[in-house]
Amino acid sequence: MAEKAILFDPTKCTACRGCQVACKQWNELEAVPTVNLGSYENPPDLSPNTYIKMRFKELEYDKSLEWLFTRRSCMHCTNAACVEVCPTGALSHHPLGFIDYNEDLCSGCGYCSQFCPFQVPRMSGSSITGIRKASKCLFCADRVTNNLIPACVKTCPPHALQFGDQDQMLLLGRQRVKELKAKYPDAYLYGEDELGGLHVMYVLPHKPTVHGLPADPRLPASTTVWQGILQPAGYVLAGLTVLGLGLNYLVARANVKSHGKG
Amino acid sequence: MTNHWNDIANSDCVFIIGGNPAENHPAAFGHITKAKERGGKLIVVDPRFSRSAAKADVYAPMRSGTDVAFIGGMIKYVIDDMLANPQNYNMVYLKEYTNASYLVNPAFKGPADLDGLFSGYDASKRSYDKSTWSYQVDDKGIPKKDMTLSDPNCVFQLLKKQYARYTADKVSETCGTPKDKFLEVCRAFADTGAPGKAGTILYAMGTTQHTNGSQVCSSYCVLQLLLANIGVCGGGVNAARGESNVQGATDHALLFHLLPGYLERPLNTDETLQKYLDRSTPKWTDPKSANWVQNLPKYLVSMLKAWYGDAATKDNEFGYQYLPKGSDNYSFISLFHAMYDGIIKGLMVWGMNPAVGGPNANMTRKALEKLDWLVSVDLWHTETGNFWKRPRVNPADIKTEVFALPAAASFEKEGSVTNSSRWAQWRYKGADAPGVAKPDLDIINDLMIRIKKLYDADAAAPNRDAITRLTWDYGTHADPHKVAREINGYDLATGKLMVSFAALKSDGTTSCGNWLFSGSYTEAGNMMARRDLDDSPFNVGLYSKWAWSWPVNRRIVYNRASVDPNGNPWDSEHPVIKWDAAGAKWLGDIADGGYPPMAADAGKYPFIMTAEGVARLFTAALPNGPLLAKGMADGTFPEHYEPWESPVKNPLSGTQNDPCIKLWAGEMDFKGDSDKYPIVCTTYRIVEHWQAGQMTRNLPWSVELMPEMFIELSEELAAEKGIANEDMVVVETARGKVTAKALVTKRFKPFRMNGKVIHEIGMPWHWGYIGLSTGDSANVLTPNIGDANTMIPEYKAFLCNVRKA
Repeated sequence: MAEKAILFDPTKCTACRGCQVACKQWNELEAVPTVNLGSYENPPDLSPNTYIKMRFKELEYDKSLEWLFTRRSCMHCTNAACVEVCPTGALSHHPLGFIDYNEDLCSGCGYCSQFCPFQVPRMSGSSITGIRKASKCLFCADRVTNNLIPACVKTCPPHALQFGDQDQMLLLGRQRVKELKAKYPDAYLYGEDELGGLHVMYVLPHKPTVHGLPADPRLPASTTVWQGILQPAGYVLAGLTVLGLGLNYLVARANVKSHGKG
Repeated sequence: MTNHWNDIANSDCVFIIGGNPAENHPAAFGHITKAKERGGKLIVVDPRFSRSAAKADVYAPMRSGTDVAFIGGMIKYVIDDMLANPQNYNMVYLKEYTNASYLVNPAFKGPADLDGLFSGYDASKRSYDKSTWSYQVDDKGIPKKDMTLSDPNCVFQLLKKQYARYTADKVSETCGTPKDKFLEVCRAFADTGAPGKAGTILYAMGTTQHTNGSQVCSSYCVLQLLLANIGVCGGGVNAARGESNVQGATDHALLFHLLPGYLERPLNTDETLQKYLDRSTPKWTDPKSANWVQNLPKYLVSMLKAWYGDAATKDNEFGYQYLPKGSDNYSFISLFHAMYDGIIKGLMVWGMNPAVGGPNANMTRKALEKLDWLVSVDLWHTETGNFWKRPRVNPADIKTEVFALPAAASFEKEGSVTNSSRWAQWRYKGADAPGVAKPDLDIINDLMIRIKKLYDADAAAPNRDAITRLTWDYGTHADPHKVAREINGYDLATGKLMVSFAALKSDGTTSCGNWLFSGSYTEAGNMMARRDLDDSPFNVGLYSKWAWSWPVNRRIVYNRASVDPNGNPWDSEHPVIKWDAAGAKWLGDIADGGYPPMAADAGKYPFIMTAEGVARLFTAALPNGPLLAKGMADGTFPEHYEPWESPVKNPLSGTQNDPCIKLWAGEMDFKGDSDKYPIVCTTYRIVEHWQAGQMTRNLPWSVELMPEMFIELSEELAAEKGIANEDMVVVETARGKVTAKALVTKRFKPFRMNGKVIHEIGMPWHWGYIGLSTGDSANVLTPNIGDANTMIPEYKAFLCNVRKA
């Protein structure tokens, strides 16, 4: 099956943020309490309740003003640091190309959040249960595996978001960059080559850094060390931990019983 | 809209002024994106750099309230260019389809002669004697013409003279627009004057909410007629309506001064039906003019038959005397003055929140205290329904009895919604309303059944027959289909539904609730429920089988202007209609009247809705016809006047304000001057919230996006006032003050006008004191002053001062 991709064209985006709301609606994510931070942006950051947010930037140059709108969400990389470092297989490459996430498998280690070159995954933690889970954009896996397009794309009124086969999106993206070159010499299709190809590509009028994106995102060198050496060691340690917990339980149980007698 | 939403995609140039569709009509931007993808340009003119401006190819800033100066300058640009390069314009359209060639009464004088006034002004009455605003006519009463457009009294020459003063330098001095930006707008839009090219003007409340708002609309019409952009694909003057069904609301006359279908209301002086019809029916002797509005008697009598059925007979003037008659103004500001003065004792507020949405909100809220009773029909608790517990009042001091009736939301009821495109689209019910909430139709039905019972029981009730004889047969649970069929109308002899208004009669043998909607629900079924995506024959986005568009399913009105006098489209790639000579019929859209092309013997002029049959560049005051045909209140051409509160003297004349606005002198009517309040202030909506806020300030996801009231100001003004981003600031006008968070932005810039720096700030008007997200209401700042023709309040330009809280 062909890999799928989202193409985001900020030159068509009107920052209505229907995508932010559609995402929350489909994924049943609660609203985050916010205050006005002296801009149109909100919530202030991604969080376990926010998988997408739009960034607003006022850019003034050559006596003219631009208001840049950039999507901030999981980029669904081909060379994905999060998958590399995930010790439990909770994060994996779906055959359709996106980064699949199985929350049940997540151990809450937080490595994905730590190593993501785009600082996307967020950790939720319950102070009562102590259970931590990662969260990020799911590519609407439940929709796209049932022949529906992602909720954000579905809602986008100015067609700034498009969804389809990755090669198709690449063609559209390249074509759009070509059109933009006349007005924007730095126009660039972000995600064609980055990290082996992103499954969320951006048609950028300016250099990536102007839009707040890393110019050359890389897999941190340590991720390989992680996957190859530390992670297997981690499994051993985790096994020992479970064993220890079991022993602890038996000892504690014995204690409770003896107290009960007294 | 003259055109429709999908048609925006056909435009070579989309000109947004007085509107911000990216935020207020977000779905519209899909069509604008398509136009841009096809090579069209987007122009945005706005006091601030909005989210629409962020997508523009050309953005030009303009001080709030200087729209006529801006468009007047564009008209001058086009006229000058047209005289130098007539080959770039559609001169046939101008000469044949507009009144450019018509000769005007030599006694007529305009602002160029009279320092901003037109001939006939009476300062004591603040109104005009319009007797000189007339055409020169021949012995048959037909206007004289000069097809060379050179007679000094012809409309074209008068228009040229009117706008000769509106030079690019003068525009820049008045509007604060950099001259190069202004000229860039002129060039981009004037390009659409070439035959085969089309430009559209997309506007909203930024256009209308001014003391000369109606004239701003007129200025768009003049510009579009000069460019031959009316009636064609991708052209038109297109009002983006601010609510899903506000078009339907005006069509069905939820307005004080009209009857359904924009029919003239009876005045006190119209003592008989005949007198009303004589006064309101336009007469015209030129045989080439269809003068469609002369059919008024058929529409009015059919409406009375729909309302009063068998009780409407020839002998009782078809129930004409049951209609209320009045010459008074019952627009928003007048109504609230009447409440404040204790004249109006009760108020039903239906899906509306005037305590947040009305101007001079402190007075609006105070006026509610004077009522004996108030009914608020809404989805949520509103500021209006809860005015008695607003901040800084003691509920015990307020005697008004308040009722809240919960209403069903749009998806919880069945019925039609008419959008900006004039499409009536039938909606099915998606879910039951929660609790005891009811559809509006059920609420009004229940209410009317009870009112009728009360009137039946009271022989002395005033104007009793008007209520007791009213046909009201929609059932205990009102059936929206039955209402829709009544609106469509019946042939009363056969009992069959009408096919169109063309067959309506004035003898009482037909009924029709609203002539404009005749044909929407026929024996073939509910046309509004159609969902056929066929776009034949021309594939220009008409989608004639999707829902139903008034009038008679016509998708682009004035479409006879899209073809030459022989019926061939000016733009062969995007035809709206085309004359099929062999079949002797029009192809494409429903042509404006079935007549053959204008050049044929039986042909008619293209603008069938004006008495003249041609479009008006000069708005003459005609001797008879509805009030509008008798001329605008404030002139035959749009003329620039400053907003009621302005920081400058009118640079274009010695007449500072629109000379015909009604001035209010209540104890809470205050006017600020520029010494104390030197900063221009404007108000607007943002995409995250909706109107007066109840529907979004109660939704956590919307509140998350835009959690609190804020005030936008330029970096330059912030520096001057020592205000930093996120500081709390106080904005004060002569009416009141609001405190909110400062949003310091590059998107507002000071206006530099003739060396003088004028600051402008802006703020959304969505907030109030009830709901999940609360905040100060911008409308405590806005003045009670309205447009000279419509009385719509001047929300968009007034004076304020700002300081750090």
